[in-house]
Amino acid sequence: MLSRVAERLYWHGRYVERAENTARLVNVNALLMLDLPGPVDVSWQNLIDISGGEEAFASHYQKLDERNVIRHMLTDARNPGSILTCLRMARENARTTREILPTEAWEILNATYHHVRDSGSTGVARKNRHAFLNHVIAACQELAGLYEGVLSRGPAYWFTQLGRHVERADMTSRILDVGSAPLLAIRREAAEDDPIENALWLNVLRSLSAYQMYRQNVHDRVNAEDVVAFLLLDEDFPRSVTFCLNRLNHHLERLPRADDTRRATGHALRQVQAADIQRLLGHDLHAFIDEVQAAIAAVHEGIADTWWPLPPAA
Amino acid sequence: MTDPWKTYDPGPHFDELFSSRGAPRQCTRALVSFLRRLGGEELELRRHSAELAIRSMGISFTVYSEGDNIDRQWPYDIIPRVIPEKEWRAIEEGLKQRLTALNHFIDDIYNDQRIIKEKVVPRALIASSGNYRKECEGMKPLYGAWAHICGSDLVRDGDGTIYVLEDNLRVPSGVSYMLENRKVTKRVLPELFETQRILPMTAYTTQLFDTLASLSPRPADYPEVVVLTPGIYNSAYFEHSYLAQQMGAELVEGGDLVVADDDCVYMKTIDGLSRVDVIYRRIDDLFLDPMAFKADSTLGVPGLMRAWRAGNVALANAPGAGVADDKLVYTYVPEMIRFYLDQDPILPNVPSFRCNEEQTLDHVLANLDKLVVKPANESGGYGMLIGPASSARQRKEFTALLKKNPRNYIAQPLLELSTAPTLTADGIEPRHMDLRPFILHGQKQYVTAGGLTRVALVKGSYVVNSSQGGGSKDTWIVTKD
Repeated sequence: MLSRVAERLYWHGRYVERAENTARLVNVNALLMLDLPGPVDVSWQNLIDISGGEEAFASHYQKLDERNVIRHMLTDARNPGSILTCLRMARENARTTREILPTEAWEILNATYHHVRDSGSTGVARKNRHAFLNHVIAACQELAGLYEGVLSRGPAYWFTQLGRHVERADMTSRILDVGSAPLLAIRREAAEDDPIENALWLNVLRSLSAYQMYRQNVHDRVNAEDVVAFLLLDEDFPRSVTFCLNRLNHHLERLPRADDTRRATGHALRQVQAADIQRLLGHDLHAFIDEVQAAIAAVHEGIADTWWPLPPAA
Repeated sequence: MTDPWKTYDPGPHFDELFSSRGAPRQCTRALVSFLRRLGGEELELRRHSAELAIRSMGISFTVYSEGDNIDRQWPYDIIPRVIPEKEWRAIEEGLKQRLTALNHFIDDIYNDQRIIKEKVVPRALIASSGNYRKECEGMKPLYGAWAHICGSDLVRDGDGTIYVLEDNLRVPSGVSYMLENRKVTKRVLPELFETQRILPMTAYTTQLFDTLASLSPRPADYPEVVVLTPGIYNSAYFEHSYLAQQMGAELVEGGDLVVADDDCVYMKTIDGLSRVDVIYRRIDDLFLDPMAFKADSTLGVPGLMRAWRAGNVALANAPGAGVADDKLVYTYVPEMIRFYLDQDPILPNVPSFRCNEEQTLDHVLANLDKLVVKPANESGGYGMLIGPASSARQRKEFTALLKKNPRNYIAQPLLELSTAPTLTADGIEPRHMDLRPFILHGQKQYVTAGGLTRVALVKGSYVVNSSQGGGSKDTWIVTKD
C-alpha cells in the first residue's frame, strides 16, 4: 500500500470515529440537561471542553448557551471538531482513497455528509436533534460494520482500525477527564449517595455508550471508583482505554516495520494499568489522564514516523 | 394530457430515435413504447431517482473555477440513445482501422519518417506541431503502440452519415461516465433490460487492465500497473480513481513515485520501495518529468523519461503520442490509412480546411460566418469560433488570429449534429449530441460497445462538453432478436 494512502485511511478512520463519538456525546448531554434541576454548572461548557474547542467557540460566539453550543458542535463548518467538519474530512480522505475502500463506503459517507450539511439549522433545533444525531451515529456504525464485513484483513483495514482506536482511546480519556472534573469537586463536599453525583457518573458512562456493559460487569451501584476503573482498565469493553490499546497492538502486529510503534503502545498500556484508582480519585486524576493522553499521542507519532510518506527532499 | 411521444417533433435534424414526427425508428420502438406506457409522471419519478443514485454513487466531475465547491454532479439524461448493432459493427471496424493507422504514423514519425520522405505529409507539419517530442525520437514501444487508449469523437450529420470529428490520443477522458451511466440506467429503468438485448459494456476495465499489463517490460512477473493522476483538483479525478479501483491498480500521484539510480520506477509503500512496470498516466506530456520537460512541474516524477527511454517502465499513452492529436494532422488521417494500410477509410473525416495552405486560408477568411474554426491543439471545446453564431467582433478577432498563426487552426463546415429526445424543463425535446467511443490498442485491439453520448442541454446548442454545460446519455447498442 502507498504510504500516502495509508495516511489518509488512518485519518479517515479517526474522523469517522470522532463524528460518531461527538454525536453520542451531544445526545447524552442534551438528555442529561433535562435531568438536572436548576443551574447545575456542568453542562454546555463541559461539551466545549471535551471537544477541545474553547478557542474556536469563543471566537465565533458570544453567548455560551444551548443553541450556540449545539450549533458549534454539530453543523458549524468553522469548528474543526464539529460533526460536519469530521464528516467532511472523513469524506475527503475517502475521496482520495476511493479505489481502496468499498464502493458502498463512499456512498454512505457522501449521503451522510450531504444530509448533515443540508440540514443546517433544522438539525440543531431541539425537536429534530435526537433524530439528527441518531442518523449520524447509524451512518458511522454502518461504515464500521461494512469494514468488518467486506474489507479484507490487509493494510486498508489495519490503517482505518488504527485511526479508529487511537481516536477512541483519546476520546474516552477526554470524556473521563472532563466529565469527572465537576464530580470530583462535588465528591469532596457532598454526602454519599448524592443523587446528582449519581446522575453525573451515569452520564459519563452513557456518553461512551458504556452504561449497559458496565451494569452487566459491575454489580455494585454506579460509583466513582468502578466507573473510572471500567473505562480505563476493562479488557472486554470496546471503548475502554485498555481495550483500544490492545486492539492497536493486535493490528500493529500485522504491519511491517512496526517495532517502534508497538513499543509506544506497550508503554501506554503499562501506564494505564499502573493506575491506582483510589489515589487518583483523591486529586491526581487530571494529571494522570494528561500522561495517558501523552502516551496515546506517542502511539500516533510512532505511526506517522514509520509509515507516512517523507516530505520530498528540499 | 397529450402524449408527448406522439407529438415529439424531431425538427429538421437527423434524430437518433425518431425518423419523423411521432414515428420511432425500428431499433427504438420497444424503448419508445415502454416510455410511453410509463407516462410523464412516472418518468419524472425515475428521473428523480436517477439524480439520487448519481448523488449517492458520488458520480461527479470537477470544475476548476468553482473555488471551494469543486465537485459537480454528473449531468445525465434518462432517455437512452440507441444504435442498431449492425451499424455499430461497421463503426467499430472503422475505429480500429483508424487507430492502427495512427499508431503506424506516430511510430513512423519518431523513426524512419517514411510518410514524410514519400511526401504524403509535409515535413513542416511535424516540425511545427506543439505535441512533437524530440525526446521520443528513435523509441520503439512494444507492438508499435504509442496511443494505447484513444477516445474518438463521432458526430452524425443531417443526412445520417457518421463522421470522425477528432481523435483524442493524449489523455482522453469520459469512459468512467460511460460505465456509470449504464449502471444508473439499470437502476432506474430495469424493465428495459429484461426485454431488449443491449450489448453490455462491463468488459472495458478488464480489457484496459489486460492492455496495460501487456506492455510490461517484465513479462515474466505479475505486472505492477498504476494510474498516475495529477490529483484531486483535476477535472477527471473521479475517473482516475474509478479506473484504478476497477482494475485493482494503485492510484498514484507524482510524489508517490521515484526513479532510482538503476533507472527503474518505484512507488513508496508501507513496506518500502516497490517496483512499477506500467504507468497509465493521466498527466500531460509536459508535466510528466521536470527533468525532461517543464522544470517547475510538481505533478510529475523526476527521471521518468530516463526510465522510459531505458525500457524499464511502460507509459500509456506513450509520450509524444499527442503528435497525432492535432487537428491539422487529423486532416491527413485518410491519407495515412491509405499509405500504411493500403485500405480505404471506413469512417470519413469531417471535410476540413487547412489554414496553413495559403489559398485555403483566403477561402476560410472569406467564409468565416459559415465555418467552424478550431485551434489545432486545444481540447474541451475552448478557443473555437462557431461562424454562424458569431458576432462581427469575434470574426474580426479570429481573422487576426488566423493571419498571425495559420498553422494553429483548421476550419470545418458547421455539421448539423443529430438530435435525440431529451427530458428538459420544458418536456421532451430534441437536443444535439455526439458520441465518444474508446479504443484500446496493445497486443490486441478492443472497442467499447457504444461510448459516451454527450448532449448539449441548451436548446439549439452544439456545445456538448461537460465543462460547458453539456449532459450525457446512456448509449445502447441493440441487437435484433
